[in-house]
Order: sequence, then structure tokens, then C-alpha cells
Amino acid sequence: MSLVTATIKRDLVIAARNPGEWLNPLMFFLMVLALFPLAVDPDPNFLAKIAAGVVWVAALLSTLLSLDSLFKADVEDGTLEQWLASGESLYAMALGKAFTHWCISGLPLTIVAPLLALMMNLPENAYSALFFSLLLGTPILSLLGAVGAALTAGVRSGGLLLSLVILPLYTPILIFGASAVYHAGIEMEYLGQLGFLASFLCMAMTLTPFAVAGALKLNLSR
Amino acid sequence: MWEALKRLYHRMGSPKWFYEISTRWLPWFAIPAGLCLIVGTVWGLAFAPADYQQGNSFRIIYIHVPAALLAQSAFAMMAMAGAVFLIWRMKMAAWVAASIAPIGASFCFLALITGAIWGKPTWGTWWVWDARLTSMLLLLFLYFGVMALQQAMDTEDNSAKAGAILSLVGLVNIPIIKYSVDWWNTLHQPATLTLTEKPAMATEMLIPLLIMIAGFYLLFATLVFLRTRNKILWHERKKSWVNKLIQTPAGRS
Repeated sequence: MSLVTATIKRDLVIAARNPGEWLNPLMFFLMVLALFPLAVDPDPNFLAKIAAGVVWVAALLSTLLSLDSLFKADVEDGTLEQWLASGESLYAMALGKAFTHWCISGLPLTIVAPLLALMMNLPENAYSALFFSLLLGTPILSLLGAVGAALTAGVRSGGLLLSLVILPLYTPILIFGASAVYHAGIEMEYLGQLGFLASFLCMAMTLTPFAVAGALKLNLSR
Repeated sequence: MWEALKRLYHRMGSPKWFYEISTRWLPWFAIPAGLCLIVGTVWGLAFAPADYQQGNSFRIIYIHVPAALLAQSAFAMMAMAGAVFLIWRMKMAAWVAASIAPIGASFCFLALITGAIWGKPTWGTWWVWDARLTSMLLLLFLYFGVMALQQAMDTEDNSAKAGAILSLVGLVNIPIIKYSVDWWNTLHQPATLTLTEKPAMATEMLIPLLIMIAGFYLLFATLVFLRTRNKILWHERKKSWVNKLIQTPAGRS
């Protein structure tokens, strides 16, 4: 078994044994959603109108929440040095880490989101758009987020810094994701937006691991 | 030609050489910058004809457009300096990149403020979620991110590297952000609030604008030189040439 698959397996096992790791972001997602009807307006027609954007914003925030710890433990206990000494490509390792992050944050969120959208009174024909846009969009959030996580891994209280660094980069995904759901809701074509998300995903998969690998090496000198 | 360029490039890597040559270069940037800014401002504010639709309020364009242009190209320059640092490990490039960040952010802020001031008489409101305004705002956030990251790192070297990596990622993202914001806005708000169709600008209006743009670029170069020189002095403060420089009363070598 290569180092990358071993690491993916280890991280998934750890997540399975500490359900909080993947449950907490989900609960956060639910709570953020609950704030909007309370703060703005519980009127179903109004909620239906903002549901697409609100669900996407909440998904983005809850992904951000779990990013902070992505590389922290590996940097602190010296696992990172072992990766580098092993000669295994950091590029593959970065992809693998982003994949595990997606498995414990993006994937459960994608599965649960349609259920929660029910509470936001999302129009019925927008459900498939919501599911597919999250399925394509959340991996991009994990990949871009891995860059930020690697850059801030050695910084004390890096969580806030991570959000500052990463949020502007997330805007295109938010725009296309929310717009796909919104347009599906008013019975318009939304395949174009999904196409954009898919092309962003391809781009993120090929380019971000370089940045992650470069950023991880920063943590060696300390 | 190529050899000369290569030699110049290698010399650029030496802080001492850069400090000495920039002492000689500075007036060649600072004086034309001042001249261009004075000529451009006076010409633009007093002599250029008023716009047939917007009257005199359009004159803020002479600050707004150069600032916006510069804010965008400064980010590209910062990312390129960062790339030079990452690839060739040239300390000077890192210092230049770090000097550019706050200057670029200030120009970006200036563009946003003048945009808001211009928006009040033309659109009737200080802020609209217009595509261009929004992408400038996101650019400002990117600058903030780079600066915050540079500050949070504990060693000089890491701060330079992290800033360089983030600004390169940002550079790839800027066109994507810009086009997705354009696309988002054209879908949500029809063109009621965008600037009046740009009529091909009259020459009398265009010339002062070009002078102002040149002035802004020269001013930018001057500021980057000054900040980089300060950084050089700080980082090399234990070197003998800096000590000698400080002890010579005129301060010139």
C-alpha cells in the first residue's frame, strides 16, 4: 500500500472513530441555516427565494470550519517530515489529503443538504441542481482550502487567517453554485453553471496540489 | 543585449548594488511622476471639456481609472516578484513583493473610494453591487489576505514564501473571479446601473487621462523603490556598507 492510500485510510479511520470530526460541521451547517428564518423572515415564499444562496453560503462556511485541522496534526507530530523523507510525491499527498477532507465534510454535506433545503422551502425542481452543484462544488472548496490550510498550518490561531485568505478565492464557486440552484428553481436551464463548476474542478485538481506542496514545505523550517 | 540583461538581472540580486543604483534612479522616477501628476491634474480638472452627460462629475475619472489600473497590475507584479523569489531564491525579489503589497492595496482602496464618490452623483447611491466594483472589492480582500498571511508568519523567509504562493494562487484566480462576477451581475441586474455606454473618449479628455496614468505608474515605481530601500537598510543593518552609509553625514555614497 502506498503512503498516500495509507494516509487516506488512516485519516478516514480516525474520522470514523471520532464522529465529531465530520458531525460537527454538519451541525454547524444546520444551525447556520436555522438562523436565517429567525433573523430575516420565516415566510415560506421569501425563504424559497433566498434558499439557494443561503444553503450555499452555509455549506461554504461549514467546509471552512473543518479545514483548520487538515494539516495541523501532521505538521506538529513530525508526520510531514516523514512524508518528505519517504520520497513520495507531495503532489499526490496533497490530492489525497483534499480527498479525505471532502469525504468527511463535502460528501456528507452534499447528502444532507437536500433534506435541509426542505426546511428552507426550496422549490421542488431545484433539488437535483442543489445535489449536483454541491457534488461538483464542494471538492473545489476542499482543494482550494487545502492551500490555505497548508499555508497556515504552522501559525498559531490560524483559523481566522485561513478564512481571510481563502474566502475571496471561493467567490466564483459560490456564484456558479448558487446560481445553478436558483435557476433550476425558476425552471431555467442550469447545465451551463454545472459545466463551469466541473471545469473549475478539473482546474483545481491539476493546479492546487502544486501550491499545497509548496506551502507544506514552509512548515519544515520551524 | 541578452547578456546585458542577464548581467543586470544578476546584479539586481545584490541589495547593496540595488541600493546604490536606486539612489541614482530615484529622481528620474520621482520628478517625472510629480510633473505628470501636476500637469495631468490641472489639465483634467480645469481645461478638459465637461462631459455632455455627467457634467463636471466625470472629472474624478482622472484619479479613479489610473488607481484601478494600477491596483490590478500591482497584484500581477507582486505575484511575479514572488515567483522570482520562489524559483531563484532571490531575497531582493521577496522584499520588492513585500513592498508592493500595501501600496497596491492603497491604490485599490483609492479606486473603491473614488468609485463610491463618483457613484453618488451618477447612480444616486454610494455603493451598488456593480460587477466592476465587486471585483475591485474582492481584489482588495485578496491584498488583505496576502498582507495578513505575511504578517502572521514567524520567520522572514516563511513570510516571503507564503506571500508568494498565495499571490500566485490569487493571480490565477483573478481572471476567474473577474469573469464570474461579470457573469453574475449581468444575470441579476440588467444594465440599468452600469456606467453609461462608454462613448469613444474625446481626445481632449483622453490626453490628460494618459498623462495621469503615466504619473501614477511613475509614482508607484518611486514608492516601491523607497519602501524597498528601507527594507534593504533594515535587513542589512549589520553589514559594514550600511554602517558606513549611516556614518557618512551626507548619506550618499
